[in-house]
Amino acid sequence: MKAKIRKIVTVVEETVAEMGRPVDPPTRRAVAAAVIENPFAGRYVEDLAELMDVGEELGALLGERAVAALGIPGEEAESYGKAALVGENGELEHAAAILHPKLGAPLRKVVGKGAALVPSSKKRGGPGAVLDVPLGHKDAAYVRSHFDGIEIQINDAPRGNEIVVAVAVTDSGRPLARVGGLTKTEIKGEDGLR
Amino acid sequence: MPEVAVRKRLVAVEEIFHEGGPPAAEPLKRGAIVTVIRNPFAGRYVEDIAGFMKDLEPLGLNMAGELLAALGGDPSAIEGYGKGAIVGAAGELEHGALWHVPGGYAMREILGDAKAIVPSTKKVGGPGTRLDVPITHVNASYVRSHFDAMEVGVTDAPRADELALVLVMTTGPRIHARVGGLKASEIKGEDGLR
Repeated sequence: MKAKIRKIVTVVEETVAEMGRPVDPPTRRAVAAAVIENPFAGRYVEDLAELMDVGEELGALLGERAVAALGIPGEEAESYGKAALVGENGELEHAAAILHPKLGAPLRKVVGKGAALVPSSKKRGGPGAVLDVPLGHKDAAYVRSHFDGIEIQINDAPRGNEIVVAVAVTDSGRPLARVGGLTKTEIKGEDGLR
Repeated sequence: MPEVAVRKRLVAVEEIFHEGGPPAAEPLKRGAIVTVIRNPFAGRYVEDIAGFMKDLEPLGLNMAGELLAALGGDPSAIEGYGKGAIVGAAGELEHGALWHVPGGYAMREILGDAKAIVPSTKKVGGPGTRLDVPITHVNASYVRSHFDAMEVGVTDAPRADELALVLVMTTGPRIHARVGGLKASEIKGEDGLR
């Protein structure tokens, strides 16, 4: 494995009631995050190919961890997202190298299909910084009930020479979603949008 | 006494491979489960609250079982534990103290014959408050390698009229423990201390 992993954190949130109303079935979101060494920390490196390969490894590993934490077959995942938090000695472009070129394909393999863009966010920050991972439906980006996000926060990461890479997967949309728009039952699934 | 009204649950697992030193043969796992419930005493002073401890016992057992499952399901693999509570702003610290008995009892019940007192902490706070939950060895509080802590929190909890109840378990010592003191191999196991 090219990624030098210090730790992996997995979080599952299950909402069973909101405003006193039952959420049935409960909505469940999982996020899996790896704390890795940033091979380019502290210097400018032009060619970021190594981090692109790291992204490919982590798309599979973290996708599998998140789906396993939900305890469902990958095909039953409904939405997904990805994000990276670069420690202070790295560049935002390092996050981009991990997230954008190669992470998506193995993640899509884990969740089956995945016609839609994997929504993403990135930033630089210190240990304990909060990373908000955006979420969207895996097959149709416009499904309004599945626009969401989940927070991940690791108190001792990223250190200056580290990067936190996160993949989030759900088996549901928001609790008590009711603002209309395209529903998951109306998905055509041809273009990744509707 | 009032029913236990659950809004959401969160399970977090950290898997730690190293912290700059030699990777451990077996990665350390730290796990936490948080359940967000309605605080039946929020917003007013209630003298007689102790009966709610009994009501929390089934929840405690359920949480301890879920947490053990998230860490692999083998009670003999659990070496450290701790517990805590975050009380929403319309409650008082004493409401958090209701968790001492049902939280501790539940973990001991699930783990068999754990002898040591379960270390704990509590505070009043708003949504997203982080709690550093102390951890000690399950059979002997003085085992120095197992003094540890895990930070937990839930983005949107506790709301003012809620309680966030926490249990934490670990599968071993700090990843590079090397400051001496009583070792796990030296436990007498008579008094829960040494």
